[in-house]
Amino acid sequence: MTSPIATATGAQHARILGIAGYRPSRVVTNAEIVDQIDSSDEWIQTRSGIVERRWAEPHETVQFMSVQASIDALERADVRPGQLDCVVVATVSHLMQTPAVATLIADELGANPAAAFDISAACAGFCHGISLASDMVRSGSAKHVLVIGVERLSDITDPTDRGTAFIFADGAGAAVVGPSDVEGIGPVVWGADGSKYDMIRQIEPWDAAIASNTSVMPTLRMDGNPVFRWASFEMAKVAREALDRAGMQIDDLDVFVPHQANMRITDAMARALKLPDDVVVARDISHQGNTSSASIPLAAAALLESGEAKSGDTALFIAFGAGLAYAAQVVMLP
Amino acid sequence: MASTEEIRSGLADIVNEVAGIPADDVQLDKSFTDDLDVDSLSMVEVVVAAEEAFDVKIPDDKVKDLRTVGDAVAFIQENQG
Repeated sequence: MTSPIATATGAQHARILGIAGYRPSRVVTNAEIVDQIDSSDEWIQTRSGIVERRWAEPHETVQFMSVQASIDALERADVRPGQLDCVVVATVSHLMQTPAVATLIADELGANPAAAFDISAACAGFCHGISLASDMVRSGSAKHVLVIGVERLSDITDPTDRGTAFIFADGAGAAVVGPSDVEGIGPVVWGADGSKYDMIRQIEPWDAAIASNTSVMPTLRMDGNPVFRWASFEMAKVAREALDRAGMQIDDLDVFVPHQANMRITDAMARALKLPDDVVVARDISHQGNTSSASIPLAAAALLESGEAKSGDTALFIAFGAGLAYAAQVVMLP
Repeated sequence: MASTEEIRSGLADIVNEVAGIPADDVQLDKSFTDDLDVDSLSMVEVVVAAEEAFDVKIPDDKVKDLRTVGDAVAFIQENQG
């Protein structure tokens, strides 16, 4: 008679133990952008709330920025790299398809032989990663998981495209997820709608770009107004559902950290949610730009660093973007 | 069925809420963009709020035809469920 297969058992609860960001060194003002898109500083600020953004210098690679953010997140979590069982990297702008950049980051941090892989959920990637990590900790497939959101969108942005040139930026954010005595990561509400894939997309596949012999990198395109409508109103419903599933009312929230897509989306979503005035709202986009999967950990870390948010606060994370993929969860800030 | 004035007044409250324009300025002959300074993103918010308030569907490709407050009021009146 064969023995039954054993079932893994994990911690009862999970939480984010530490969170940190890395902002690349190059500050790019609206003045540097406007000539190529026949625009103005005033128009960009009105349209997006962006005053300036950060773009990476050549040495600030996806791997470099990730490692810097991770070192700080691990220190804040009081977790050593050797304690990590898994490294999950959410990115769409690591331009080396294989191996996963997560493996290189884990190696550089000294986390070998932790499991390491990349996920592709665009701007929603970090919240997908937090969901995977909390499930791993609770199911017993990992005790400590490092979740990274990182982008160098400046590499795949067309500087002459009026719809995106002023929006996208670069950066990295990292969070360490581990076991907890109380619940620190609420149930995820997530989904996707591939029928709307063309609302935010890479303009052509790599093979078509190579076949066209133009030596031009495929860049990103976005249909602003339909995306604005979907993100502001459909995502407000998802945010409410994430609160419901966590057993929370809107009044229980201390902090609202939506993906930093556009200040106008943040404002419209806050209005649609009837967010109370005393809830701290992340507005990191004004000086960072839209960093896709990196935007939520960058914004959350900034609020903790400035003292606007504090450890133990209840925060709602909601991320949304190409796919159209989305994910939201209530978390306890580390 | 709602009267022209009821719809105009309801729409004026929405434009006030979304874009901070005084509700009294939102008159039938006013252009959303030229007179009221409602940009395309605010217009999306106005449309979504109007759909809810007046039980009407305003397709994306129709929004660009709604140049004035009067255009929007007429569309809502004709298509109200």
